[in-house]
This record gives sequence, structure tokens and C-alpha cells, in this order.
Amino acid sequence: MENLRCQCGHSNPLGTKLCESCGRSLTDKEQNSKLVDMRYEGTARRSQTYNRSIIDKIWNFFSSVKVGVSIIVILLVAAAIGTILPQQAFVPANTEATIKAYYADTYGSVGRVYHFLGFHDLYSSYWFIALVGMLAISLVIASLDRFVPLYKSLKNQRVLRHPSFMDKQRIYAEGPGAEDTLQKVEAKLKELKYKVRTDKNGLLAEKGRFSRWGPYVNHIGLIIFLAGVMLRMIPGFYVDETLWIREGETRAIPEVPGYSLENVKFALETYTGEGEEARFGEALGRVGTVAKNYQTDIVLYQAPKDSLPGATDNLEVVKEYSIRVNQPLKFDGYAMYQMDYKLNELKTMTFTLTDQETEESLGELTIDLIDPDKKYELKNGSTVELLGYYPNFSGFENGEPQTASPLPDNPGFLVEMTTPATPEGETSFITIQNTIEPFGTNQYKLAFQSAEMRNVSGLTVRKDKTLPILGLGGLIFMIGVAQGMYFNHRRFWLQQTDSGDILLAGHTNKNWFGLKKDLEQISVYASLPAYSDQQEDTEKEGELKS
Amino acid sequence: MTLTTISSNLLYIAFFAYLIATFVFGGAVKGNKQGSFDSEQRWGKVAIAIAIFGFLANVGYFFTRWAVSGHAPLSNMFEFTTAFGMTLVGGFILIYFLYKTPVLGMIVLPVALLIIAYASMFPNEISPLIPALQTNWLAIHVSTVVIAEGILAISAAAGLVYLLKIVDLTKKSKQRFWLEAILYTLVLVLGFIISSSYFNLTNYEAGFQYINKDGKEAAVIYYMPPIFGMNESVPLTEDALTPFIETPAVIDATKLTTITWSLLVGTVLYVLIRLVTRRRISQLIQPMLKNVSSQLMDEINYRAIIIGFPIFTLGALVFAMIWAQITWSRFWGWDPKEVWALITWLFYAAYLHLRLGKGWKGEKSAWLGVIGFAIIMFNLIVVNLIIAGLHSYA
Amino acid sequence: MLVMAGAIAFTIYNGVTKEKSELLQVGDAAPDFTLTDLDGERHQLSDYKGQGVFVNFWGTWCKPCEKEFPLMEKQYQVYKDQGVQILAVNIAQSDYEVRQYAEQRNLTFPIVIDKDKSVMEAYNIRPLPTTLLVNPEGKITKIITGEMSEEDIVSYMEEIKPE
Repeated sequence: MENLRCQCGHSNPLGTKLCESCGRSLTDKEQNSKLVDMRYEGTARRSQTYNRSIIDKIWNFFSSVKVGVSIIVILLVAAAIGTILPQQAFVPANTEATIKAYYADTYGSVGRVYHFLGFHDLYSSYWFIALVGMLAISLVIASLDRFVPLYKSLKNQRVLRHPSFMDKQRIYAEGPGAEDTLQKVEAKLKELKYKVRTDKNGLLAEKGRFSRWGPYVNHIGLIIFLAGVMLRMIPGFYVDETLWIREGETRAIPEVPGYSLENVKFALETYTGEGEEARFGEALGRVGTVAKNYQTDIVLYQAPKDSLPGATDNLEVVKEYSIRVNQPLKFDGYAMYQMDYKLNELKTMTFTLTDQETEESLGELTIDLIDPDKKYELKNGSTVELLGYYPNFSGFENGEPQTASPLPDNPGFLVEMTTPATPEGETSFITIQNTIEPFGTNQYKLAFQSAEMRNVSGLTVRKDKTLPILGLGGLIFMIGVAQGMYFNHRRFWLQQTDSGDILLAGHTNKNWFGLKKDLEQISVYASLPAYSDQQEDTEKEGELKS
Repeated sequence: MTLTTISSNLLYIAFFAYLIATFVFGGAVKGNKQGSFDSEQRWGKVAIAIAIFGFLANVGYFFTRWAVSGHAPLSNMFEFTTAFGMTLVGGFILIYFLYKTPVLGMIVLPVALLIIAYASMFPNEISPLIPALQTNWLAIHVSTVVIAEGILAISAAAGLVYLLKIVDLTKKSKQRFWLEAILYTLVLVLGFIISSSYFNLTNYEAGFQYINKDGKEAAVIYYMPPIFGMNESVPLTEDALTPFIETPAVIDATKLTTITWSLLVGTVLYVLIRLVTRRRISQLIQPMLKNVSSQLMDEINYRAIIIGFPIFTLGALVFAMIWAQITWSRFWGWDPKEVWALITWLFYAAYLHLRLGKGWKGEKSAWLGVIGFAIIMFNLIVVNLIIAGLHSYA
Repeated sequence: MLVMAGAIAFTIYNGVTKEKSELLQVGDAAPDFTLTDLDGERHQLSDYKGQGVFVNFWGTWCKPCEKEFPLMEKQYQVYKDQGVQILAVNIAQSDYEVRQYAEQRNLTFPIVIDKDKSVMEAYNIRPLPTTLLVNPEGKITKIITGEMSEEDIVSYMEEIKPE
């Protein structure tokens, strides 16, 4: 690698604009410009130096601000497109075909095109993820390209700079000085909390260098955040399951080995608009019912260590808790959230055994639809025997009653009723809608009296071990933003020539107003020559000309 | 007088204080013909005093309402939008003390007035919180967002002043067109407020039955004479106006009707202004900005974003994610409102990169500031009312 | 850089395929479990080490299960003395329903009930019926979702029969 040798003898890496040591301009462009470009201290940035190999080209592509901003803008537009129609996760369809049909039926040709282009699942499309990935690459490369040379340069700053570096700074002053000028300046600068270094006849004062790292710190934060998001694909980091659990049930929690959950009760409360809530009366009158609380009272069990799946005898109660919206159940790195519910599934049905003619009742029986008994004994030796139970009766097949699911949505019972009057027994098939008497007319019937209902709670089971990483990323980002935006890096270079003349230059990465205020205080104290803002001067000249 | 009436009266007081302050600021700016800043300073002081008085009344409204309802009044469109108006004025007052800029008041206060008036078009009774909102994160998340948006809006206002000052209105140009378009949009908001207030005061109501997008029958009430009809609609109210055009089921014709009325009234108003004054609105304002420092406006445009961006990140992304994790079990779900918060954030990130990395200052920066505000308003209005999602509480 | 490119490629791949990684695969050791049958007797999978176990998950509402059962019963009679065991795991139904169902069909192989669905979770069972073949060493040799014909059942039994 060939190096650039400056007149001062320092050897600079290729691409350096301002000598790392003395600050002389090394390129024609810099030599001819009135002010030096201090953005990255005139250091050699890889992206501005090499452009031969493929790797150079890729590096240069991603380190460009223009490319970075373009990626941001494309992402922004893409994200917006994804909100034109609802994403597939929000539509009431869940298979490829029904989703496609839903878009076509609901939104017509617009929906068809939207679905055809894959916009219905835009945020997990390969190109969207690829864009985010490109943004991440850009964050890393652009930061490295700038941070590494900048860091080196600021770390190895020399106090004495060449006059051509000083007089090309935006804030510049020269003029006669006194013997003690340097000491006075140093004292005042220290008072203003500057770090001051001196070398022979020169002085370098610096404050807030850390603010220069702000952009890189916040980019690191973002990278950590994105890395955290990626980690969730690794097994063990992330669990997202749904558990529908009915009142009275105890269920193993999906993806959470060893734990099970009992739903004691699910309750839905709504605002009444009475008493304390009278203040909401008007609003409730307008919109109708408003939910106040969704709550599942649960018991969390844990199987003893070394116990096997299926062993339910020795479960230990871990916790009794009420899961509510905003108050998830937390245990062992997992959390369970109240997400959904269904009200009023059948739980029990109560019948009376009745004489069809006299309406005389021989007693009552309650069938637990979740765990029915085989035989129900009534008074006077009457019995009802359950010959068959079909929780979700769906019709007959070859004369055999069928059930479509294990849930008692439409229970059907094949019963044999035995009474003192009918000791042989009478058979009857009962559903909610009707009663079939397969072997001729019966004397007795089971007359429906009442039903008990139970509710179903929809819970989400979640584990997300990436959350601390995401939090860390967010925190670092915020620190970086504050560091870069609310602080600034101010520097003054001062030299006294052998003839006693003072050369002074000042630089800050932002807030020149603040820098000037500092300088004014120093000038007054140490009677420095008046400074000029060379950029404002240039701008004013420009304005006069036009 | 109950606390509820006190609360709403305080909002009225704030509204009128802002209205008066607008004119005093205008006077302060206009009175400064010779560029002597004395009168501007003097009248500016009076104006800012009135604005602060209004702001205090506004804050009073906010906290009395909080006391009555028992939760931070940030839970529906009315509450959020009035709070936005409040933080906008708050942001302006902050900037005023940093930079002494009466001209900004002349632009910000009318916008705040429009926003508060827009808010009052929504049902304003105190409503109970659904379970998802019953947490302190409501106050934390929403207030941070609304403060950030108030400050970011100041950036747009400074940008607008900058543009009104420097865009050459004597020649036909894209800039001239878009600048006028911005002002026209503000007049349209006024159109919306006038038309809804009018039909509200006259108690217009017309019921219709229609077939919704799931193929089911549903009923709807129009509060403005129906220009557009719902899918296969049948009037339920006698002598209701027959809609001129029927729309397919996916389109909510009541919203389309409201938009059309606002457009009509707003446009009539705009045309009247043009006819009476024989000038573009931008031309009416430009002469008042003769002595405004464009450099200062550029600085405010940038400074407001520097302050607003981190607060926005905190409120609209960080706090939002924490709350979403607690309530919905996931910190991010690509809900439209979330997406638009991300879009807003990406947009301001692009602004900062362009300004700091590419040296986009002055006019370019000003346009970006105005576009940023447009995105915020889009998220507030369009995403809430048209693109339905988890955040549609209104 | 390569690491990053790889990570991003992996993310894209994952995002696009979105396939949930199956927890259990052929070749894995079959997770042990213990369940109670209708006579109150406990059946622990590991007790059958040295025998082939034909684990069938089913429910009374499941039509293909109903068709399989007589075939399974028939082959059970052939293979039970050759070291092949059937465990029919019912998914959380009531004793009454399961007993009634088994009695009607004269099923003699052990039928156990997974009351809290913990075995179903451990095996990540989604559609019914699902059958797992466990060889005498306790390894899963096949996972069959859906209905089996009589020939299938015979060949499966042969597959897990101890030598």
C-alpha cells in the first residue's frame, strides 16, 4: 500500500485529505479551498479511497449516506403500502385459498392485485426482510467506514498544527499577543471545563469529544435491536402459543414442559354506568356496552421433577392468579396473556323423567356433559342409563349416531329409562331440538329443564428471551442519540509564533453559537485578537453578489 | 358548576385566547414595517402573554378532565386531538422563549385552533376505558407521543414560514403550487369544521339500511346530507335525500360524504378568499414576513426535530413497545398505527441523515419538515378513521 | 461481514418458509410418558422397552380413527405375542365416552386417556389420528399422520417387531 508523505515527514494512509500529524492539506481540492472539510477530520475513509474490487464496490455502496437514506425511504414507502389493505393476519381467513378469496371478494380487483403482489403479507416477504437486512448492513458499514479513521485521528491528535490548517478553520484569529497569553488562555479554558494539552508554543483545548461517537453508539443500539429480533428464530428463545381452556379444565401449557393450568373461572365485566360509573353514562348511552374487565382465574400447577407427561396425580400448586388484560401471569420466564374468550358453552343439562301423559315427574337428573355418568338413579327405583353420548351430534351413519367434535355444542344422548311402570326399559334418543323414540312410543320422556354454561378463555403463552437484548439495544440507541444531539465537540488550537503573534482556530461539530460564546469569554480574559467566522463571511459575500 | 363543566369551559377559554393571540401576533409581525423590532417585541410580549394564559387554561382543562374521568384524557380522538393542540402551543411557547419569534405564533396558533376545533367534531363525553387501556402506560405512552408530535409540528411551522418567505410567488413554479396547496389544505380543515358544525346545529340526521361487506344487513345514520350512498342502501328516515352515487360495500359512504362536504365547503371558501383578495393565500402572508430571519427559521426547523425526535422515539416506539408487550403479548404486530409510527420515525431519521450527512439545509429541510407534519396528521386522521386497526378507539 | 450476510440470509429464509420446526423427528428417542387406562392401570412407555410400541393418538369424533380401530385390533391379535404393543391415547375425553366406544368395538389393546393433553403437547400432536412407531430401543422410526390401511398396519408392525 502506498502512503502519502506530508511535507512534515509524516506518512499518511492513502486517501488522507489532511495530514494526520500537522493538518496540512494533501489534496489539490483541499489546498485550493478556503476552508478545510473537517467532517471526518480529513481522514482516509475506505469508501472514498478504494473502488477496484467487488468488495470495495459493496463497501462503498453501503457506506454511502445516499444509499442509506434511499433504503430508509424505500422501507418507509413499503411499510406504508402494507397498510393500504389489512394484512392477512388481520383478516378473517386462515388458509391460502380463503385468504386469496377474501381479498378478491372484499376489495374486488384492487384486492386481487394486492394479494397477487404479495402485499397481504408484506412484512414477512423476503424482499421486505432483505431491505431491513440491507439497512442493517448499511448501518454497520457506514459506521465502520467513518468511525475507525475518526477514532484514530482524534486519539492521535497533535497539539501543534501547520498554520495552513489553522487558517482554514471556520473560526480563525491572528494578531499580536502578550507573554502570558498562553497561560491565561489555558487557565480560562480549564475553567470552562476544557481538557487542555500544551506542546512547546502551542495549545490544544478540547471538550465533549464523546459526542462525536453519538451516531455510532446509536447505530450500535439499532444493530443490537435487530440482532435481538433475529435471535427469536433460534429454538428456545421464543414461544408463541395459544391455549383455549374451558372453565373447569386443567391443561398442559403448550411449549412449557412440566406446567399445567386450571381455568377456575372466566369472567367478562361490562360498565354499568351506575354509581361510580355514572360519569360514563352519556358515553355508554351512545355506544352501548363497553367491556370493563376480562379475567381468567387460574391455578398454575407444576409436575414434580422427573415426573413424566401424563402423570397428573402429584401436581404441585405453584400459584393462584387472576390473568387480566395488562396483568399477565408470569412464571419461570414465561408469561400468559388474556387475549380472547368465548362465552356460554354447554356444561350440564338437567332433565326430569316425566310421564308423557300425566306430566308426572319421577325426579330430576343432571348430566355433566364433560364427564357424564353411566347410570342415573332416581327415586322409586327409576333409573336412566346412558347408552351413548355424542357431544356434538352430527347425524347418523349406518344407524349409528356420530359426533363431529369432542365439544358439547349439540349434545345427543341415547338413553334407556327404566321405571317401576316400565321395567323393561324404554329407549330414546335426545338432542336439543328433538327426541327420537326408535322402538315405538314411550310412556316416559326426559324433559329438558335447564342448562349450565361455561366460558372458554383464550390465552397466549409467550416466552421471549430476546426482550433484554431489545431493551439494551433501545437504551443504547437513546443514549447515542442524546450523546450525539445534545452535546458537541469543541476544540481550540492556539499557537504563539516566535515573534509573539497569536494564531487561533476553533472548531465544533455543531452549535457554532456556543463555541463563539466560549471564545468570547476567553478573548476578553486573555485579550486575544478578534476572530472571524470565515464561513459566514463567505456566505455574506455570496449574498452581496447575487 | 361541576368539574366537568369547568373543564369544558377552560377549553373554550383556551380556544378564544389562542384566537385573540393569533391576531395580536399577526399585528406584532405586521406592525414591524420598517424592520424596527421595538413594536414587534412589545406586541409580541402581549401576544405571548395571551397565548400563555390560553395554554394554562388548556392545561387546566386537561387536568380537570383527568380528575373527573379518573384516567389521563388521552383515550379517544377528542382527547388525543385536543392534547395535540395543547402540546403544539406548548412547543411554540418553549421555542418562543428560546428564539423570540412572534411570526411563528401567527402560524402555529391558527393551526392549533384548527386542531382543537377538529377535535371537538368528535364525541366529547367522558368515556370509560376498555381493559387494554387500563394502565399507567396510557398516560406515559400517549403523553410522550403527543408532546413529541407537538414539538415536531413546530418544526413544520418554522419550515412553512421559511418557505412562505423565500419561495418566489411571482413566477409559476412547483414550489409555489405546493405551498399554496398546503394552505388550501388548512382551508379544507376549516371547511370540515364549518360543514359539520352547521349540520350539527341544524340536527341533520338520516338513517339508511344497507348491505355491508360481509353481505349482511346493517343500519347507518348520516349526520350530513348523503352525497354518497352505502351499498344497496334503503332510506329509513322519511324524506331523506336520495344519495347521488351508490358506493361498493368496502367504502364507507358516510365518511366519503363527510369528506366531500368538507371539500365542497372548503373549496368554496378558498375560491371566495381568492376572489375577494385577488391574491393567493401565500401572497397574502408573504409581505408580513419581510423581516423574518430565514436563517432563524431554518435553525428552529432543525432544532425542533432535534428535540422532538428522541422524545418521539421514546414515546411512539420504546414506550409503545413496552406497553404492547404487556397488553398484547408482543411488542410489535404491524398494526397500521404502529407501522405509521415507524414510518414517521424513519422519515425523521432520513431528515437527520440528509441534513447532517448531505448538508440539506434551508429550503429542502423546510419542505421535509412540512412533509413530516403531513405524515403525523395522516397517522392521526386517516389511520384512525379509515384504516381500522387495534388503535381505532374513536 | 460474512457472518452478517449469513445471518440475514437465514432470517430471510426463515421468514419466507415460516415452517415451525417439528419438535419430534424420526430417529429421536420417544419421550417417555405414563397414562392410566380404563381399568386404572398405568402404562409407562419405557416399561415396554424391548418391545415395539404402536402409539396411536385418537378421539371418538375422528372418522379415520374409527376405521382404523378394527384393523388395529385384528393385527394386535396377531402381533401381541410377537412383542408388539399398541397404546391408543385418547385426547382428553371422558371415561364414559371412551369406555362406551371401546366396549362397542370390542377393543382389547390398552386405551389410555391423556386428561390434560400433556402427552399430546410433549409429542406435538396436531391432526388426528397420528401414529408413532417406537422400536424396541425406544426410538421413533416413523410418524404417520392420517388414516392407515390394513397393509400399512401390518408393515408397521413388522417394522417394529423385535428380532
